[in-house]
Amino acid sequence: MRLRVNPIACTGHGLCAELLPELIKLDPWGYPLLADTPVPRELADHAKRAAAACPTLALLTDESLVAGGRGGRHAARA
Amino acid sequence: MNTTTLAHRAVPRLLAGLSYYGPASLAEHHRQYGPPVAVGRRFIDVVDASGLTGRGGAGFPTGRKMRMVAVRRGSKAVVANGCEGEPASSKDRLLLTMLPHLVLDGLVAAAMAVGASDAYLCVHDHEWDLLDSLDDAVAERNDPVRVLVTGVPGRYVASEQSSIVQYLNGGPAKPTFAPPRPHERGVRGLPTLVNNVETLAHLALIARYGDRWFRSAGLPAAPGSMLVTASGAVCRPGVYEIELGTPIGDVVMRAGGPAERPRALLVGGYFGAWLPVEAAWPVPMTHAALKAAGGALGAGMVLTLPASSCLIAETARVVRYLADEGAGQCGPCVFGLPALADAMTDLAYHGGRGRILGQLAALIPLVERRGACRHPDGVTQLIRSALRTAAGDAQRHDEDGPCRGVTREPLLPLPAEDR
Repeated sequence: MRLRVNPIACTGHGLCAELLPELIKLDPWGYPLLADTPVPRELADHAKRAAAACPTLALLTDESLVAGGRGGRHAARA
Repeated sequence: MNTTTLAHRAVPRLLAGLSYYGPASLAEHHRQYGPPVAVGRRFIDVVDASGLTGRGGAGFPTGRKMRMVAVRRGSKAVVANGCEGEPASSKDRLLLTMLPHLVLDGLVAAAMAVGASDAYLCVHDHEWDLLDSLDDAVAERNDPVRVLVTGVPGRYVASEQSSIVQYLNGGPAKPTFAPPRPHERGVRGLPTLVNNVETLAHLALIARYGDRWFRSAGLPAAPGSMLVTASGAVCRPGVYEIELGTPIGDVVMRAGGPAERPRALLVGGYFGAWLPVEAAWPVPMTHAALKAAGGALGAGMVLTLPASSCLIAETARVVRYLADEGAGQCGPCVFGLPALADAMTDLAYHGGRGRILGQLAALIPLVERRGACRHPDGVTQLIRSALRTAAGDAQRHDEDGPCRGVTREPLLPLPAEDR
């Protein structure tokens, strides 16, 4: 599994970095910097939880991308 | 004959029908290039065989792009992207103003090949003259598909293909997050082919003369011709048609040669890179060669910077412009580009007491590849190439303050402020 951020939807709440500090750091402006590696199996559940907790649904797992997590629609409303 | 050398007889192709008094009428257009040829799905095989790649900057194989739309079921749409966002490029404008029927032939051929019934020709909405003349050109024709001439806001990122699609769908002219890509879900939700207008003009000629003719210009690995915009300190700036693989130095010489001693060349426009003159001179104009040289072919701009100009200051002005032109959607771009612009401005005009280069090196990775579109990446590529090409100057600016070149009249073109 891989993580991706929809940078248009992301408004820098920073929850993801709280929930998944192993893979996500925040830049000086509060936006997530993702580790450039696949999510290790032992963190998969944490990654899914972090994605589900994102207030703007900007954090995506590749499963949510395939399942029609159409970030562009949120983007258009943003 | 050695097949890797260029014959230099194959061009002009697109510009063969160029007259200097006004747009070519439909009759003049047919006299020059012959009547249009009706094409179907199999035309995509011809396009594949021709080796044509997108002339908007990315250089993606056109046949493959067409196929990605053609294989989808149901109705489709085709968009001609004539929103030339690059301030240093004028080739799309030249085609649209002087050879509109070449673009329209290509647009219709693309629509027929992928099975689209609707085609959109997009240009900047503040260019009323152009919109009117294109409407006239469409009215002159009797096309099997409906062609709609549409104005799109003239901002830099509005010419990105997902911006155009979102705008045509009633949204803001700003890039969208992918997926879905336009070929999956584009205009009105239909699979949509978006092509640059020069790409379409080449399609119009490939439909007439075939793939072997197309490959008879350029290099085997990079066939055909392309339009380039030569500007800056050259004697005859303008749009020229060259074979792919023509050395960059030949492009500068076609444009009359340097008007004063050159310092560096900006190849590929504001999404491209600075290259030192001696290193760039023999590099062939192909995507692969320019990438290997640390640059980008982009939409074929070659800008000559004279030795009396300051490369750092010129870059700082463009970076500020590009920072202001962002869509304002992605955090790293909203905050990162102004920070980069501030650092570049400090470096160019104030001197940094030896701290700015370090700041820039720390900022660049915070911006790169973190936007929904490639806008921030273009900015960092430009800055990186400036600091590489003018490394000595950058160091002196940082430690000792600005050079004399910063007082020279700005050279790199930027659109008027009041737009």
